[in-house]
Amino acid sequence: MADIAEPMAPPMVAASEWRGDLSIRIRRGAEYVAIPLFALVVSAILFSLFLLALGKSPIQFFQLVHQGGFGTAFSIQNTLQRAAPLILTALAVAIPARIGLVMIGGEGALVVGGFASAAIAIPLVTGKASPMVALIIMAIAGMIFGALWVGIAGFLRYARGVNETISSLLLTYIGIATMNFFVEGALRDLTNPNKPSTMPIGDAYMVGKIPGTDVHWGLAIGVLLAIVLHILMSRTTFGFAVRVTGGNARAALAQGIPVGKLIVICCLIAGACAGLAGFYEVAAIQGRANASLVAGYGFTGILVAFLARHNAIAIIPVAIMFGGLVASGGLVQRRMDLPDATVLVLQGLTFVVLLVSETLYGRFKIFQPPITADRT
Amino acid sequence: MNVLTMPSPPAGDAVRAYSLKTIGVSKIFGPLTALDDVSISVEAGEFHALLGENGAGKSTLVKCIMGFYSADRGKVLLNGAEAKIANPRDARANGIGMVYQHFTLVPSLTGAENLVISRADAPSIFDWKKEKAGLEAFLNRMPFRVPLDVPVSALAAGEKQKLEILKLLYLDQRLLILDEPTSVLTPGEADEMLGLLRGMTQRKEVSVIMITHKFREVTAFADSVSVLRRGRKVGGGKVSELSVEDMARMMIGDTPIRDRAIRADRAPGDVVLDLSALYADDDEGLPALDQFNLKVHAGEIVGIAGVSGNGQSELVEVLSGQRPLKDGRIVVKDEIFEPNRKSYAKLKIFGLPEEPLKNATVPRMTVAENMAFRTFDQPPSAWLGWWLSVGPMRTKARALIKQYRVKTSSPESAIADLSGGNVQRAVLARELSGEVDLLIVANPCFGLDFASVAEIRAQIMEQRNRGAAVLLVSEDLDEILDLADRVAVMSAGTINYVSPVGSTNRAEIGKHMAGH
Repeated sequence: MADIAEPMAPPMVAASEWRGDLSIRIRRGAEYVAIPLFALVVSAILFSLFLLALGKSPIQFFQLVHQGGFGTAFSIQNTLQRAAPLILTALAVAIPARIGLVMIGGEGALVVGGFASAAIAIPLVTGKASPMVALIIMAIAGMIFGALWVGIAGFLRYARGVNETISSLLLTYIGIATMNFFVEGALRDLTNPNKPSTMPIGDAYMVGKIPGTDVHWGLAIGVLLAIVLHILMSRTTFGFAVRVTGGNARAALAQGIPVGKLIVICCLIAGACAGLAGFYEVAAIQGRANASLVAGYGFTGILVAFLARHNAIAIIPVAIMFGGLVASGGLVQRRMDLPDATVLVLQGLTFVVLLVSETLYGRFKIFQPPITADRT
Repeated sequence: MNVLTMPSPPAGDAVRAYSLKTIGVSKIFGPLTALDDVSISVEAGEFHALLGENGAGKSTLVKCIMGFYSADRGKVLLNGAEAKIANPRDARANGIGMVYQHFTLVPSLTGAENLVISRADAPSIFDWKKEKAGLEAFLNRMPFRVPLDVPVSALAAGEKQKLEILKLLYLDQRLLILDEPTSVLTPGEADEMLGLLRGMTQRKEVSVIMITHKFREVTAFADSVSVLRRGRKVGGGKVSELSVEDMARMMIGDTPIRDRAIRADRAPGDVVLDLSALYADDDEGLPALDQFNLKVHAGEIVGIAGVSGNGQSELVEVLSGQRPLKDGRIVVKDEIFEPNRKSYAKLKIFGLPEEPLKNATVPRMTVAENMAFRTFDQPPSAWLGWWLSVGPMRTKARALIKQYRVKTSSPESAIADLSGGNVQRAVLARELSGEVDLLIVANPCFGLDFASVAEIRAQIMEQRNRGAAVLLVSEDLDEILDLADRVAVMSAGTINYVSPVGSTNRAEIGKHMAGH
């Protein structure tokens, strides 16, 4: 609709008006918290109906999730252990989202990055390199290969206009197949007859735990990266240019912002995050690369990023929440005699409800700034 | 199928046209009263103009008549009886048809196919022989013809517009509503089309309601007029009894209008923008710019006129770095132009694109952030070229908001919350507050109210008077004649006519717009 304006009206009295600044920001922030929370509640209700239809008790389910994810010191550490890769894979979605891309290739970048870490570890371990040096090289290899994986999708988008959502998803399958190809072939550890894997890196080369806990350093690094990337996006000229591009690429081009370059850089950062998650899965949990790397962290990370509205700081608590859900999966499965796909049903429901709830922004008066006379 | 019956035509065999009245129609959108108690009356066979600024409520009124919106109060009488129109299909069944600003024909189908499939009773399997015979008989009754056996995409804009009208007549619509129907036509095409419609109304074959903001069209073609302002009907009557000044006063009300910009007398300076042999493709990969040459000097406004779709938007996109150049050279002040921030800042190139909310802002970012697009990576907004200093950015925004009288509740409001005129003003503040050497302007007044238009035109003129080179691309010929020093006509991706504004006229320009 066009507007009814009073363009020649005298300027507003400045000083008193600006007091509204803070209240506008608070209202906007509250909306960003309230609507995802509302979506969570709705999906919990829908999931309860699903359980009731199966003849199971929703109350028992949520009690078990609480117990298995957050009930004891052990379960909390288990949860945090699983939150670490989720923070990193969620960042791999959130950073491209800031520049307007729906990039869902975190799973592929995690697998490729993890596999690259495990592969480069073989000569390092057999050559008896110092563990510190070996881990740094492994981490860098994981980040580079993860960055390449998402970077390819970003480059195709920039250079040829290929839809990045599709290409990053398909690259995920290529990544998984590539790892399987090597793990079952050239790089297979023949001393392990059970599961095709690369050679174990051995306890001496594993990433240590955060002192006083049973949680590996990946959690601390993930939290640190989330904070650093949040600052990068909100407080630097780079982040400003990214936000302008993500909000309106045409306007960004007209301002001379190097849109293509920023797209590729964001994708490289994203891939490096997911690749780092793969490194920690190999060097802190599995000790080798095999099919266990394909655990769905990359896909759950998509949900985490969307629920956090691609805000790097908000990703931390949301990742912990979903870490708890993943951690309690085994307990739920045993106690309630539910298949382990049940948790995936809850995740899927949450995602759909969340996407629907996107349409609610701007609909509630309480979150809106007071309407000025000429707003239409 | 629709069960509504056609209202019976009024008495008298010759009168096929319908009359229409709205009585006290009101429409409220949240805090905005878009229409307030509007009553208009259109006699059978009358050519009625609906005049008003953008946002005055013309479109809303028409949409209430057509059933796109349901009015909150009031009713619509068709031939004296209340018509219940809940959706556009009801309107059609009642004999009311609308021609929109933009074409609604299927471009890949022929005119004949477009007409036949538009029928509500179109069969699943067509007997084309029979349909063609029917169309031929129909065309013979019509005052004008359009080639029906070529794809619509091959027709000129004027022909397409005629086909849109033919479609309504083919569907036996007796009341035609036209929403700014001439904006895509050359002046010659527009006059021809409106003349034909006028002939049909005089023969009482149809009634016409035409939305417009062009006085020329009202005085030349309409019988009667209703003027809307801010959702209210503020006047109207027989066109023959009203002067243009009367209508303008009703339209604008007592809002003070900034005086027309004064053109300082100055000789043009050096060449600032030199475009030589530009080639570029459109989105479909077809040539949009084809050997495009133009020079713009310091202290002059060069207006590019043309029927929309002849490469104007692609030209603007090339100059704003939004579209790759296939071949040719853009030279600004003797330097090859590269669309990057360094170039923009060094050569002092600025731009006012059309639809600023879509093309020049990030709607969900704040007013302060949007105003910083030019300067966010320079001190004082940036520290070491890397760290964003929010304080100075906000201080600057406050100063600009005050200086350019942008109405916003706070610099922290999302710019999408501002009205169109205020968005444009915020963009003006960003682009024109510094020193400008080259200004690229595209349809700067689309969708803005009168006062904003005057303000923006004055600002553009001021830049010219200060010595900036201005390239003005506009679909509004009056705007070009008003502002430009030289007019260049663009057709099929190239400039085929350039003349100082003083030594040309509408007819001459129109001829070249049509590609001759």
